[in-house]
Amino acid sequence: MSAKDLRGRTAFVGAATFGCGEAPGYTAIELAAEAGRRAVDDAGLKLSDIDGLFICLPNDFLSGLTIAEYFGIHPKMTNNSRTGGSAFLTHAEWAMLALDAGLIDYALICYGSNQRTGAGKLVSAQAPSPFEFPYRPNNPVASYALAASRHMHQYGTTSEQLASVAVAARQWANLNPEAFKQGSLSVEDVLATRLVADPLHVADCCLVTDGAAAVVLTRADRAKDARKTPVSLLGAASATWHTEIAQLADLTITAARESGERAFAQAGLTPKDIDVVELYDAFTINTILFLEDLGFCPKGEGGRFVSSGAIGPGGSLPVNTNGGGLSFCHPGMYGLFTLVEAIRQLRGEAGERQIAGAKLALAHGNGGTLSSQATCILGVPETV
Amino acid sequence: MTQAPPTATYFQHLAEGRFMIQRSPSTGEWVFYPRMVAPVSGANDLEWVEPSGLGTVYAVTVKRAKPPAPNVSIAIVELDEGPRMMSHVQGIEADQVRIGMRVRARIVDGLDDNKIVVFEPEAAA
Repeated sequence: MSAKDLRGRTAFVGAATFGCGEAPGYTAIELAAEAGRRAVDDAGLKLSDIDGLFICLPNDFLSGLTIAEYFGIHPKMTNNSRTGGSAFLTHAEWAMLALDAGLIDYALICYGSNQRTGAGKLVSAQAPSPFEFPYRPNNPVASYALAASRHMHQYGTTSEQLASVAVAARQWANLNPEAFKQGSLSVEDVLATRLVADPLHVADCCLVTDGAAAVVLTRADRAKDARKTPVSLLGAASATWHTEIAQLADLTITAARESGERAFAQAGLTPKDIDVVELYDAFTINTILFLEDLGFCPKGEGGRFVSSGAIGPGGSLPVNTNGGGLSFCHPGMYGLFTLVEAIRQLRGEAGERQIAGAKLALAHGNGGTLSSQATCILGVPETV
Repeated sequence: MTQAPPTATYFQHLAEGRFMIQRSPSTGEWVFYPRMVAPVSGANDLEWVEPSGLGTVYAVTVKRAKPPAPNVSIAIVELDEGPRMMSHVQGIEADQVRIGMRVRARIVDGLDDNKIVVFEPEAAA
């Protein structure tokens, strides 16, 4: 038995979003439940088919119990483990194992948050560190800004290059009717927004929105009967090195290097094989770091790579085709939206932003302050 | 031997005007933040030792405030002994703090009840 044996043993058969942007009046569980219902419906299943529940809500630390009660089902497994916004990709990893072992048959992974209309700001689940909190860093942005300062220092990355990540995200968002932020955005526009934590401006930071997402994962044998073309999970791996940014050994290298390496090894693929990439872009520096750490460009070249136009519409490597956390939506824990967009692209459901003939997609989640990294590689049936 | 509570001990030392961090005699490594066991090696013979107080700025940002509140330097300082810590670099405009700058520790009142360690450019000290 090796990790490679898990390649293609499970497949996503349902995917949905709900309430992206603003969903006034709804609670987090209501948003998550509606996304969950839609994903189950998308899979052609009934709620009672679901026997594995995976979930995070912003402020409910027993949300696995809450969602089971809400749906009125008796799951064999609930899991509301948290690694920050990457949690849902780690859930996919655990669901893959449980499905393959025959412990469950249908896993629902869901998430909902009303942070924009409910709280008006990012709702953090992180306990304040006694060694950081006395300095009142404006986290999470300060931690990512510290990482950006190192990337600029070591590799000559510029504010303009960082801004080009936000510009590409907006160009994709303009093709996504569900995106919260639309309209023209130039590098100059980004640099003209207020500095929050040098070198990051307001437009280098993700949105604060409401939103919900859900996916259904099952074993390959059952996936054949799904209503839509199943999207196989070819590799799933995660890694963590730290929680406080001061404890990361090299602020220009994240644990995505390990999660990516393991996910690619499991899938038997390399970055060159991937047609579309969905990364957790909480801040513009994230996209640069993850493109490097996942092997899409050499370490230190990320700034030049993103400013070349490679990642935007018409570029050589489509990245964050839904508009990402920067322009599509960011309800606090964005990770699950990377999976939903990867599934939609591989199903050919992405409308104007569809990457023609996309067969392989990578979804990558980030949690904490570059702390938790989780990578999933997905493929259409012929790639299995 | 069981450690005294590491977090409480760190702040107690600061309250007494001493910046102390941990070091393992068996492995020779310096440790920050204070812990029950050293990371990686798992050494549990950590002792409290006064570092030189000198360090180098490893990473920088400026917490931009709405005027009239001043901007605040948020930095990661690498102590000469090796460990890194989040802190402020003071005695210089926040946006003038640079990576590579040599700095020296100073104990000041924090925003809460505790004293905290901040840094100033070494040249100014």
